[in-house]
Amino acid sequence: MTKTLETAAKGNPPVIWIHGASCTGCSVSLLNSVDPPIQEVLLDIIEMKFHPTIMAAAGNAALAELDKIAANHQGEFFLVVEGGIPTGAGGMYCTMGHRGSHTSIFDHSSTNNDEITFQEAVVSLGKRAKAVIAAGVCASNGGIPAGKPNPTQIVGVDQVVKETPIINIPNCPMHPGRFLGTLAYVLTYNDVPTLDEEKRPVMFYEKSVHDLCPRKPFFIERQFAKELGEAGCLLQLGCAGMAAMSDCAERKWNNGVNWCIEAGAPCIACSNPKFPDVTSPFYEKYVAYLKENEIEFLAQLQSAIRNGKPFGEVVRV
Amino acid sequence: MSIKITVDPVTRIEGHLKIEVEVANGAVVDAFTSGNMFRGFEIILKGRDPRDTPHFTQRICGVCPVAHGTASVYCLDDAFGIKPPPNGKIARNLIQGANYIQSHILHFYHLAALDYVKGPDVAPFIPRYEADYRLTKEKNDIMVEHYLQAMDIRRKSQEMLAIFGGKMPHVMTLTAGGVTENITVEKIELFKKYLTELMDFINNTYIPDVFAVADAYSDWLEIGKGCQNLLSFGLFPIRDDYGMFLIPRGTYTQGQWEDLNAASITEDVKHSWYKDETSGLHPSQGQTEPQPLKAGGYSWIKSPRYNGLPHEVGPLARMWIAKEPEIIKLGSKAFSVMGRHAARAIELAKIGPAMLEWLDQLEPGKPAISSYTVPKQAQGVGLHEAPRGALGHWITIKDGLIENFQAVVPTTWNAGPRDDKGQRGPLEEALIGTPVADADNPVELLRVVRSFDPCLACSIH
Repeated sequence: MTKTLETAAKGNPPVIWIHGASCTGCSVSLLNSVDPPIQEVLLDIIEMKFHPTIMAAAGNAALAELDKIAANHQGEFFLVVEGGIPTGAGGMYCTMGHRGSHTSIFDHSSTNNDEITFQEAVVSLGKRAKAVIAAGVCASNGGIPAGKPNPTQIVGVDQVVKETPIINIPNCPMHPGRFLGTLAYVLTYNDVPTLDEEKRPVMFYEKSVHDLCPRKPFFIERQFAKELGEAGCLLQLGCAGMAAMSDCAERKWNNGVNWCIEAGAPCIACSNPKFPDVTSPFYEKYVAYLKENEIEFLAQLQSAIRNGKPFGEVVRV
Repeated sequence: MSIKITVDPVTRIEGHLKIEVEVANGAVVDAFTSGNMFRGFEIILKGRDPRDTPHFTQRICGVCPVAHGTASVYCLDDAFGIKPPPNGKIARNLIQGANYIQSHILHFYHLAALDYVKGPDVAPFIPRYEADYRLTKEKNDIMVEHYLQAMDIRRKSQEMLAIFGGKMPHVMTLTAGGVTENITVEKIELFKKYLTELMDFINNTYIPDVFAVADAYSDWLEIGKGCQNLLSFGLFPIRDDYGMFLIPRGTYTQGQWEDLNAASITEDVKHSWYKDETSGLHPSQGQTEPQPLKAGGYSWIKSPRYNGLPHEVGPLARMWIAKEPEIIKLGSKAFSVMGRHAARAIELAKIGPAMLEWLDQLEPGKPAISSYTVPKQAQGVGLHEAPRGALGHWITIKDGLIENFQAVVPTTWNAGPRDDKGQRGPLEEALIGTPVADADNPVELLRVVRSFDPCLACSIH
């Protein structure tokens, strides 16, 4: 993949990376990239013009840089959004600086407020960007900060950006391989990859965690772990791998060192657009499962997910 | 004649921080810190299954999720009345240790260093504030190389963490009663291999670099004093009853070393955007009721106080409370920008060797988790030290579900606004007296702020 990115990246396209209702975990995850290594990403492949966690500049000087790219490179830069977009209280649950002589794209016409809200920034930058990448499940769908009762009325990027192509790279955090693989595709083909109905690249989200799970033979043999730490399928300990479209089992995490189910942890379905409310309680035991046949069970589960019912509730019938 | 300087956003920290200072005669005379992003985790957790707490609280912060996961599992162990088996306790310590390594290295090289080291003339190193970069060209070039090398090192710390953590950020294995991962000889050996390489970097690169910067900027041992009250909840429990730690629990208030009494913690909100009637509560009774744009408020961070006084938390607090000779010998100069950097480095030198010992104490094949049932009614508290300082989680369980949850987080202590009595927070206090040579390039303010390693997503949660 290193090769592809390098070839693709001639002219080092500018990237603006902004944080909303985020934990910065997706940025930290980006730093965990090994193929290509992060140093190469930052220095040779893209031009990270604005990223609050790593950039040298601060304050107005940093915002002026963001403003300059957005104004002068309209339709050329990529916008990466990390974190959901709080829409409550007029967007005042998240602000990212002040408008003034150092900014041109954030004028006072839409608001009387001196603070630039994150909501306003996503709208304003989103319409000028070549494409928007929603990094992680929060930017894609809201994630945990949008969990019931969603106190700050968080929404995902596609609820506020309407005319620019959007690519969702969910999971919590996003996986650096899926993010850079997507970027490589976009740079190589100058087009967005094939997306599913949740705007996720099909190449990474076509199969479920359950489909690819190395513990699936246990499931077929009906060998279920009864306690955490045991061998066996983790379904009865709350594993939501059937509700998680994601290639984690093949890709693993942290340079392939480990991943959730290999470490004995039930999948919490962090790639599911309705994570966490539909996929929790995370350790709920599906006691009803053994009484029903598999097809019925899966149909029930899928309909439950579609209808937004809590995962545990349905299968406990 | 005074001038006002605003830095918004403060970058190279975690999250959304604004600082506003008043400068007269070339030095700061007043300071205000504002946290600008609220999510409401304490509200979101209400009514949920208590077992889910570690997964939710880790999403407070992607830089130190391990700290939140750990405080939450301590909190659940306490509420459920259970103890992890030795393997579980040790694996938790190893996961935490791995994150200390990544967090301190990330902080020095990737967050703080560019205030002292001039980066190459490419993004993200430009634009930058013009400042008194003092390292020789040769040393400066080496530091830039180390900046890049440290990216591999911090990544490897997270790979090491994932051996028992499943993945990072957002560890999957931390649960009530221990960890879900099994302990095997192969995992222990792999962990050791990583740790040996990381300790080599810590001892031969990181620590010498910190002290080289401290030497070149020795006047920064006099700047950024702060409130000089310190607090630590204790790090790496050695006994099951949390009665002994590798790095001790305690306080240092108005010049006196004392035992910690967690009942003396309160949170004020007069200057925070929360309803006034929720001010002054102990976290076990704490409430989070947002009131955006409340008059008199200027931050989403609350103001925790210990016996009514502001207390600084973090590596400096831990090393001073531990009476670490290298820090104590600095005397009052320890309370400074470089004192904080030095304390962080000295702390990391202690953690690596302890981790090696713990690896030898693991018992392959034995359980790493205890079973439990969720009680109908219970209360629990989890006191822990994140890399950035004292972290507490408090839970109340009713009818088997979370009735109340509160977190008081390191940067809440450090970067909170004025309390109800008008006392400044520790970071606000540390900014007082800071010289500012050029109002358009106020790098001095950022040196003070970054010495605390602030995490804003944590502080507000």
